[in-house]
Amino acid sequence: MARTMAEKVWEEHVVRRAEGEPDLLYIDLHLVHEVTSPQAFEGLRLAGRPVRRPDLTIATEDHNVPTENILGPIADKVSRTQIETLRKNASDFGVRLFPMGDIDQGIVHVVGPQLGLTQPGMTVVCGDSHTSTHGAFGALAFGIGTSQVEHVLATQTLPMAPFKTMAVTVNGSLPEGVTAKDIILAVIARIGTGGGQGYVIEYRGQAIRELSMEARMTICNMSIEAGARAGMIAPDDTTFDYIKGRPHAPQGADWDAAVAHWRGLRTDDDAVFDTEVVLDADRLSPFVTWGTNPGQGAPLDSAVPDPASFADPTERAAAEKALAYMDLAPGTPLREVRVDTVFLGSCTNGRIEDLRAAAEVIKGRKVADNVRMLVVPGSMRVKEQANAEGLGEVFTAAGAEWREAGCSMCLGMNPDQLKPGERSASTSNRNFEGRQGKGGRTHLVSPLVAAATAVRGTLSSPADL
Amino acid sequence: MEKFTVHTGSAVPLRYSNVDTDQIIPAVYLKRVARTGFEDGLFAAWRANDPEFVLNKPEYAGASVLVAGPDFGTGSSREHAVWALQDYGFKAVIAPRFGDIFRGNSLKGGLLTVVVPQEVVERLWAAVEADPATQVTVDLVEREVRAPGIAQPFELDDYTRWRLMEGLDDIALTLRHTDDIDAYEKRRHAWLPVTQ
Repeated sequence: MARTMAEKVWEEHVVRRAEGEPDLLYIDLHLVHEVTSPQAFEGLRLAGRPVRRPDLTIATEDHNVPTENILGPIADKVSRTQIETLRKNASDFGVRLFPMGDIDQGIVHVVGPQLGLTQPGMTVVCGDSHTSTHGAFGALAFGIGTSQVEHVLATQTLPMAPFKTMAVTVNGSLPEGVTAKDIILAVIARIGTGGGQGYVIEYRGQAIRELSMEARMTICNMSIEAGARAGMIAPDDTTFDYIKGRPHAPQGADWDAAVAHWRGLRTDDDAVFDTEVVLDADRLSPFVTWGTNPGQGAPLDSAVPDPASFADPTERAAAEKALAYMDLAPGTPLREVRVDTVFLGSCTNGRIEDLRAAAEVIKGRKVADNVRMLVVPGSMRVKEQANAEGLGEVFTAAGAEWREAGCSMCLGMNPDQLKPGERSASTSNRNFEGRQGKGGRTHLVSPLVAAATAVRGTLSSPADL
Repeated sequence: MEKFTVHTGSAVPLRYSNVDTDQIIPAVYLKRVARTGFEDGLFAAWRANDPEFVLNKPEYAGASVLVAGPDFGTGSSREHAVWALQDYGFKAVIAPRFGDIFRGNSLKGGLLTVVVPQEVVERLWAAVEADPATQVTVDLVEREVRAPGIAQPFELDDYTRWRLMEGLDDIALTLRHTDDIDAYEKRRHAWLPVTQ
């Protein structure tokens, strides 16, 4: 029977199938961080259970970590306790950990791929919804809760409810200045934050094939913002070139065997998806959000919508509530929206290519007066690479703050937060109320728009400079 | 885990859509390493800033069923959202649609999340707004939500229903199949990566 890529990967991981029960799936890679793991390790301790496969488990410190003075003790006592708890748990249970100060420390979804631990056809889980990032390699990657983290630690498996399949086909080629972030924001605006619920999305089409691995990760990363269980892109030579030579990539004969297997990980030509969505890349333009959920987005060329224009009463009420929170008037051109802060970073857009794109725009220019720009690399390796390319100097010369690696202002668990009423242009993934700091207002943007906005002080694209 | 069969209690009408898990419990409450005491974080921003927020109204004190708009629990995978609702006293959440990860977390932890059509949610809202003492029953045995004038069946797969009714923990169930896991591990590709 013809199958989609997601179904093939699923089938290959079924440990146990029984009538009337969810399939029990094997998990090839479990990524762990400090926030969603303490109660899971405690559960193991209470039950006297070991970690079944520490060699398929890896931990990093990312959500809570400061991005300045990282070698001193963390000032926030509660954050410090959580980091110390992870260190103790990793040590007690034999899990390899990248602590602050380690060259391999960084955001969990940046670290896995850069080490070559994320590979096509694998099942990858993490107690973090943006685990969907790893789907860019043709892996089936799910965000899970803490109960499931404990389950995977104890058994290396997860009982999983069946999923539906959705194809998002992006035809044509992206115009200059339009990026993967604009594709995914446009997809979410089209299908809504609940549109993907119950689905694994496969992104396909010429525009997707033309994307780098970094850009594909940006797309798959935000599958969760469309409500999807996971997002995937079929592996191809771009994928294999990215993996080859990384520390945990297969080598020699293993490499050949792996690539031969990976080439079969594509949706059969006659397979049928439960739902299909088609977009034309040629018609896309820079996209930004105006509201408080990621589906509330519009082209930068347009204006803040009038809630009355929404036919659906639930959407209309949501738009009214969002505009009140965002302090935006209907009809305001998005280009006139002034920001206080620009955040470049996160598991969505904190990789080397994102920093290069932003640096290219900002080089030789200055961050506008009264605008604070925070550049937070996704990992210490990304920072090292960026410094080697002179990008760090570009950012600091422009007046931006060039920080250490972590999740930072994406969710403001560390000191990098918006103050009440402050407005940001952010390359992260969520514009929820208070996400970047209590009372903060967030506009989601691409790295190019972030850089141009930092220079002009209002939402802008590089073409405006 | 506590067994869930039939629960009856008063209900809170939460007339919002897209209530993400950052709203259910802001990130600052996620720094804790304990498993209990998350009730103070529940809807913390709305409770602190909006006197009209429904949980600030004395007539809804002690309610144990939350009735919300579509896409409740979208966003972050934080299971703390489930813990906060439970620690606050909620036993069930009724909505037209839930975020997948939140739904999974809730059903693992014994917070029953029930999907009913928007129209039924509207009727429940009207009923509990007209009389906050209105009793809402969530019956897992019969898979039905009941309130005066309302008897709405809901779907939940047999396996999850059984697990919730028995109060069983998934890990113990999976560990009964260790032989299957051992056998699977023997047939994994040799080139798959290890972290150590």
